Amino acid sequence: MFVARSIAADHRDLIHDVSFDFHGRRMATCSSDQSVKVWDKSENGDWHCTASWKTHSGSVWRVTWAHPEFGQVLASCSFDRTAAVWEEIVGESNDKLRGQSHWVKRTTLVDSRTSVTDVKFAPKHMGLMLATCSADGVVRIYEAPDVMNLSQWSLQHEISCKLSCSCISWNPSSSRAHSPMIAVGSDDNSPNILAKVQIYEYNENTRKYAKAEALMTVTDPVHDIAFAPNLGRSFHILAVATKDVRIFTLKPLRKELTSSGGLTKFEIHIVAQFDNHNSQVWRVSWNITGTVLASSGDDGCVRLWKANYMDNWKCTGILKGNGSPVNGSSQQGIFNTSLGSANTSLQNSLNGSSASRYFFPPLDSPRAGSRWSSHAQLLPPPPLIEQSCDADTANLQYPHPRRRCVSRPLNLLPENEGV
Amino acid sequence: MDTVPSQVVPGADPSARQLCFAWGPAEVLVCETLFGRTGGSRSRAGAAARALTGSVAGTGEGAPSSSRVFVVRRDQDIYIQTLRKLFNESHGIFMGLQRCEEELAGKSRKAQLVQVSKNYRSVIRACMEDMHQAAVSTRDPALQGQYSTQVSILSAMELIWNLCEILFVEAAAAGPLLLRLLDWVRLHVCDVDSMVREVLSSESPSKHKLFWNVVDVFVLQGRMDEARHLLSKEASANPTSMNMYKILDDLMKKMPVPSLGNTQTLTELELKWQHWHEECQRYLQDGTFASNPHMESICKILLGDEDAILEKKELMTTWYHFLVTRLLYSHPTVKPLELRFYAQSSMDLFLGGESGPEPLDMILMAAFEFEMHQVIKECSIVLSNWWFVAHLTDLLDHCKLLQSHNLYFGSNMREFLLLEYASGLFSHHSLWQLGVDYFDHCPEYGRVYLELHIERIPLTTEQKALKVLRICEQRQMHEQVRSICKIMAMKALRNNRLGSALSWSIRAKDAAFATLISDRFLKDYCERGCFSDLDLIDNLGPSMLLSDRLTFLGKYREFHRLYGEKRFPEAARLLLTLMTAHIAPCTFWMTLLTDALPLLEQKEVIFSAEQTYELMRCLEDLTAGNPDKQKFQDDDVETTKVEMLRLALARNLARVIVKEGTVEGS
Repeated sequence: MFVARSIAADHRDLIHDVSFDFHGRRMATCSSDQSVKVWDKSENGDWHCTASWKTHSGSVWRVTWAHPEFGQVLASCSFDRTAAVWEEIVGESNDKLRGQSHWVKRTTLVDSRTSVTDVKFAPKHMGLMLATCSADGVVRIYEAPDVMNLSQWSLQHEISCKLSCSCISWNPSSSRAHSPMIAVGSDDNSPNILAKVQIYEYNENTRKYAKAEALMTVTDPVHDIAFAPNLGRSFHILAVATKDVRIFTLKPLRKELTSSGGLTKFEIHIVAQFDNHNSQVWRVSWNITGTVLASSGDDGCVRLWKANYMDNWKCTGILKGNGSPVNGSSQQGIFNTSLGSANTSLQNSLNGSSASRYFFPPLDSPRAGSRWSSHAQLLPPPPLIEQSCDADTANLQYPHPRRRCVSRPLNLLPENEGV
Repeated sequence: MDTVPSQVVPGADPSARQLCFAWGPAEVLVCETLFGRTGGSRSRAGAAARALTGSVAGTGEGAPSSSRVFVVRRDQDIYIQTLRKLFNESHGIFMGLQRCEEELAGKSRKAQLVQVSKNYRSVIRACMEDMHQAAVSTRDPALQGQYSTQVSILSAMELIWNLCEILFVEAAAAGPLLLRLLDWVRLHVCDVDSMVREVLSSESPSKHKLFWNVVDVFVLQGRMDEARHLLSKEASANPTSMNMYKILDDLMKKMPVPSLGNTQTLTELELKWQHWHEECQRYLQDGTFASNPHMESICKILLGDEDAILEKKELMTTWYHFLVTRLLYSHPTVKPLELRFYAQSSMDLFLGGESGPEPLDMILMAAFEFEMHQVIKECSIVLSNWWFVAHLTDLLDHCKLLQSHNLYFGSNMREFLLLEYASGLFSHHSLWQLGVDYFDHCPEYGRVYLELHIERIPLTTEQKALKVLRICEQRQMHEQVRSICKIMAMKALRNNRLGSALSWSIRAKDAAFATLISDRFLKDYCERGCFSDLDLIDNLGPSMLLSDRLTFLGKYREFHRLYGEKRFPEAARLLLTLMTAHIAPCTFWMTLLTDALPLLEQKEVIFSAEQTYELMRCLEDLTAGNPDKQKFQDDDVETTKVEMLRLALARNLARVIVKEGTVEGS
């Protein structure tokens, strides 16, 4: 991983959310300064702010894009108890010249009596729908029956979850075998043992959402939740951000085996659990193929998780703020050098090395001295390396980075991110 | 213990701040934030309360004035311009390999696979040479460093690949195996070449201080002819020790080497070798070379004396050179499966406990141990791109060498790596097209990956959209085809390009959208009295049937064309059908009737009596059946129109009765 670009967001207060559009050519940011900004990527890869406007009368928690089939549409939710839907109007020539675009509010969803904590558009095959959840424990599902008229949204469902809701995730599966499904997380932190993740499924017969499952093992506050893209699997994968990162699989059981008429029951397994963030985990999200999970936590890091072919989940990358200690402070002195755009492995390590065992003489021809230097090419440069540990080997000693491989048993089955 | 590559986000404030992030198709957005500290609600409330009271100035714990958003990419190599050649050309080789399925068996199949392997290597080499040229020609030290780093990575990849080719693809047997390994070492230990050149180009090579080093290099690499050639120069300069040279020269000439053909059996070779070995031994014990330490050491090397060879450590530079030299002079008929023992001991001897092995050493060692999975695993840890492991694994799989190590979702390692590589290609704005073919050759998950990736390709221009569309259509990816067309239609509509929007929604077979756009066309017509995008509407053909409204649009335009061509009877018939067959929406009937006016006023009678009655019925239906009756009565213009129509219809009826009566009568 490397930082390709850094953009001055210029919000006057804390940014709470960033969001890519479907194609990755636009992004939106929202902030406690009550505004949303939209950024567009130009041909040469630069990002320009093309719109910035006041959206709410309170902190804006989340901003999210609708699928481009529905046009250029954003939804935001706020502490001001509302969620709002915004549509971009193709600008007057004047605006276009200035590189600005114009967004109009199509609707304000005012049903919540408390802070609206999350807003998510439903998978596109369900039409233009969105779900909100709020601190008073209600999930609301709205639909725009006419996609050309975004000012009309009807409240289709109200699901009472009984616990303060912090996050929602739609199941993205478009398979006919799967009914529409939404997972809800709660950050209720009163001492109780109630399940903080509930899963609601749409019942074709009653035309209502009903609770299909609750993850009884998750009793700590949940801050984020994310279904993985389905890839045609029969089962679902759900990531949960709580005091650690957890990944669950939900295998639908055959319906005739279940008692509650029409509702699917699931066989739930936890397939991974990581406490590397040391404390609370705040965000989890999958890449587009659902093969990499990213999580962000109190340690100030974004960690990437990936399963190998043994279904073994491992951390395969870390992003962190400049110089923040990760596994104890002892490393700071060594590792906090910031390299502008560096890759994580071979590439930046030629410093002072000779190319002695390669085809071409080194350009600054130091004599082929030690074999250390001649091997350096295959090592990541020290400033970028960081010892990180699996849950089971946490906080062991840190060998010299150049010797890392010494400690790797030879005949282990390949378990790295590649294999 | 495992290591994880990490990346510092420069400028991000490390102090007790968290990062929020978002995935994109190719990049990750990262941005500093502060999530609630105690279950969220309290600090959220705090931040929001500040926001509500309007005190959003840059003070307080959560108010950075310099908040930044970072765009983070995962596959750096994909963006390196000079590696494009590698990606492009290896794609061709990969596709060739997928095509040449097992028509050939046995030897020719193997030869074919070795050739493929060599092709891959020559692409790596070509790329390396380009990179080297780039490094030499640039003045920018940073860029130069970058290029030379790439050169060394590429050469390491070629080194590993070459060894895998010998051991796995070609699976050289005892005898030829050693010759291959010698070639491998000669090819990859090149820093001595400059020394050789220097000595050979000097006026009197034999006087050069590095003369014996060069001879040793030749001997260590088994380059006997070159060594003998050099020695003959020295000999001619030293007539006194002529005899000694002759003996050494003779020994070197007679040294039995494995042959590539089947001209001799291993036993024959071993026998000859044993003989020769004894002869060398004899001369050494005789003290024939005692007067010249250089020649004595060469003789010891010929005898495979480990200490003598190890003394030349500096000239070999690597343990695997040592290994091959050692094999050459003590175990020339080494069998593939014995390699691991010699390799391990050579590495231990060479490193002598001074230093541990490094990743490249581990990879080569794993290859010598025939641990293919280990090679691939180590490579994917160490190399920053998936190119190498994906292509090598695919080749090894075609050699039928990988027992399928099933992933939990049933895909094998080859597919796993190809999926990763192709996904990386998809994060590049033009290389993604190569990725399509790689996904095509992943039987298990290739298609669903392609579906997920291709719909994220930014549809910046119509051409690009058509390109993406073609790829989807060729693969019967109906949902993606529909979605792309829908996105394009929406985009065109937003920009008021109705024609484009209509043709995209026809492609998407999106009836609702086609109806909507047809309405827009009709509305525009009513306002402006003419149609835009005539070409499109005139050539709708059967796609007209997609939606009723679109059918009407097409037919209505046809009416106008007939009218323009003065084919009045046909135009009149069509106009009437549009109403009587209920193709036209009721809201449009008034317009249609108004269009009938000029036909009614023509000199010639066009509408038959029957047709006129029908028209009259339509008009009355419209005025009577319309719930908005009010509208007609209040609106003067509308009332006048209705009156005019009635008048025209009545006059037409009168004329047609006369005419029809006359015709019948005559």
